[in-house]
Amino acid sequence: MNVLLWVIVPYLSLAVLVGGLVWRHRYDRFGWTTRSSQLHETAVLRWGSPMFHFGVLMVLVGHIGGLLVPKAWTEAVGITEHTYHLMAVFVGTVAGLCTLIGMAVLILRRRLTGPVFAATTRNDKAMYVVLGAVLVLGLWATVRANVAGDGYDYRETISPWFRSLFYLSPDPQVMAGVPVGFQIHILAAFALFAFWPFTRLVHAFSAPVGYFTRPYVVYRSRDDRRGLRPTRPGWEGPPTLPKPRAAAGRGSQPRRGAR
Amino acid sequence: MRVMAQMAMVMNLDKCIGCHTCSVTCKQAWTNRSGVEYVWFNNVETRPGQGYPRTYQDQERWQGGWVRTRSGRLKPRSGGRLKRMLSIFANPKLPAMQDYYEPWTYDYEHLLTAPAGEDTPVARPKSLLTGEDTKITWSANWDDSLAGGNEIAAGDPILRQVSEQVRQEYEKAFMFFLPRICEHCLNPSCAASCPSGAIYKRSEDGIVLVDQDRCRGWRMCVTGCPYKKIYFNHRTGKAEKCTFCFPRVEIGIPTVCAETCVGRLRYIGLMLYDVDAVGRAAATEQETDLYQAQRSVFLDPHDPEVIAAARRDGIPEDWLDAARRSPIWDLIMKYEVALPLHPEYRTMPMVWYIPPLSPVVDILRDTGHDGEDAGNLFGAVEALRIPVEYLAGLFTAGDPAPVHGVLRRLAAMRSYQRRINLGEERDESIAAAVGMTGTQLDEMYRLLAVAKYEQRYVIPTAHAEQAHHLEELATECSLDYEGGPGMGGSGPFGEASGSPAPIAVENFHALRQRQTADTVAAPADKATRVNLLNWDGRGRPDGLFPPRRDPDGDGHAPGQGER
Repeated sequence: MNVLLWVIVPYLSLAVLVGGLVWRHRYDRFGWTTRSSQLHETAVLRWGSPMFHFGVLMVLVGHIGGLLVPKAWTEAVGITEHTYHLMAVFVGTVAGLCTLIGMAVLILRRRLTGPVFAATTRNDKAMYVVLGAVLVLGLWATVRANVAGDGYDYRETISPWFRSLFYLSPDPQVMAGVPVGFQIHILAAFALFAFWPFTRLVHAFSAPVGYFTRPYVVYRSRDDRRGLRPTRPGWEGPPTLPKPRAAAGRGSQPRRGAR
Repeated sequence: MRVMAQMAMVMNLDKCIGCHTCSVTCKQAWTNRSGVEYVWFNNVETRPGQGYPRTYQDQERWQGGWVRTRSGRLKPRSGGRLKRMLSIFANPKLPAMQDYYEPWTYDYEHLLTAPAGEDTPVARPKSLLTGEDTKITWSANWDDSLAGGNEIAAGDPILRQVSEQVRQEYEKAFMFFLPRICEHCLNPSCAASCPSGAIYKRSEDGIVLVDQDRCRGWRMCVTGCPYKKIYFNHRTGKAEKCTFCFPRVEIGIPTVCAETCVGRLRYIGLMLYDVDAVGRAAATEQETDLYQAQRSVFLDPHDPEVIAAARRDGIPEDWLDAARRSPIWDLIMKYEVALPLHPEYRTMPMVWYIPPLSPVVDILRDTGHDGEDAGNLFGAVEALRIPVEYLAGLFTAGDPAPVHGVLRRLAAMRSYQRRINLGEERDESIAAAVGMTGTQLDEMYRLLAVAKYEQRYVIPTAHAEQAHHLEELATECSLDYEGGPGMGGSGPFGEASGSPAPIAVENFHALRQRQTADTVAAPADKATRVNLLNWDGRGRPDGLFPPRRDPDGDGHAPGQGER
């Protein structure tokens, strides 16, 4: 059971994440967008969206710090467990609350603004459930461990296990003793990772960092455009000659359209 | 010097009657899809008026275009790279749908299905965003021909800037129409605002396009463009803009808006320019110098030095020939009658306008003077402050001198030609008064009044060796692409996910499956459009015209038109 939950599920979900992203990049570059609804409604979004996004970025930084940086390193620079813990709980709770409130604002806006609700897909709704679950579970696990209990040092168990996934020598045993709250949070997060490439969340992976270094105006030659050359989606193998009568169906040719 | 070619347009505003044919045919060709119902790549607005979207020219509010920093460099008015990235989660300067208008349709079905009753059934307006009942309060040309009078025209940002104490008296108001497409700027601020780098300027012909596969929907370009000619498709989540009908221009035919222009007021041609000089010219200190600064960037295609440099930079021989015959060169550089729209935005726009003389002529005639007498016209151009300053606010960053010059040349041409028309002697003094000769006035008159299709549209085709890369002129059957013929429906990740069909294929199917959906918002079959992009005027595509009566009288239209 331990091996299933803490070795097979994580690897499977990461494989789906990476494979899904590659597949979507090759097959559905046109669908890879934020699908912003700001055109329909600005007043609420203006508060909700930055709150959620900056919050979630802070949460991300916190998770990187907590999971990827070994405890020995922080102690080596003189941060005691107690200091670290206080800081992590305080900043983490603020960031988590910020994210959660932002998300609640955004979901309420989505439900209550007619045009935005009309533009919401089933995929979006499912994504909100999973994303919301991960957030609530994470916050709940932290708060419960610190308010009800006397704190839980995940850097002794969860972090080494998480890093071990990347050394390719997973160590599921340490996860057995972790509180159930954290366990559920982690499993929900891996479910989210597996769902990620198939939702609008993909836009996170196209964060436009290149904007800082590129010149303002981009020139491109017509040669860059692939026009009508028959290119194939990723899973179709090498190009073949065009079929005499292609089957009816949705056009699925990746192409740099321009409009 | 690095020579590049730019496809450019000039519109002669004196000829625009505000019929909106360009807008309608453009919409049929390009934005007759769900998600862009509110989008008009070409729109015609009445001046004075608020424009579309409302008050887009008020850059204090919308923050489009560039500003010159104290150090003499350019940066987007809405902020540099860091500021833009920090506001990426909620763009503070994005026009809302209400600033354009809420698109609607009518519940026509009710007319057919309403039960018998006392009252005549009516087709209620339904919002295309929600499918609910809606009240129509604004549209892309709601203030057409000064509709709404004082109340609406007073919201015109240019009028406000002309004079604080202009009290508009409705019956005395001057009026003209301003058709607008994307300016395909030499220094596009939309491209500069795009975090993903999806907006690019084509190095062959200068057309500014959005790469639909690279756009990530950050919606910063909408703010960046001071002309508000980039639109956000609210269904696909991608930016779309006027394409200068590149599939048509590549094979040498004019844009749809120019082709269908009833007044024949549009001119299309090439301009050669020095890319290296663009940045410096756009950063010219005085806003009123920007008009001349932009003219200084253009290169004379008759100059042997320029020709040599152009050959070196890979511009084909037939393109150089087209540049020499370009009506745009003549209108901008030779006769100096065309002016750029809002040079003060520092984007170096490439759709220029011949300002209308008619507001001046009309006022003159209404006061009982001969509106076509050279002396009267010259005097009126000087005396009629408000129309001239208004035109200066549009075309020369407020400097009336160039507008005076253009209007005087147009006035001279008009009275010079009238004398010929009335069988009087040619009066060289009229030409001399504007520093031209009678022959030049004749040539200018020919270009402005009687130029034929081939003179108005000088469009070199893209080259045969590039045919494989073109949109329309493919070297293989346009239906031979993966998945074969087929379009419509959405991918699994929301509206229009998957890859867009090539435009040629999309049109082929549009011709077959048009206007069949009867749902109001979010039609299940989004391929419901009459597409004029590849209609050559022959045949009767279904849905373009009302059905023909069957001669046998059974009331059924023939399913297929004769093709």
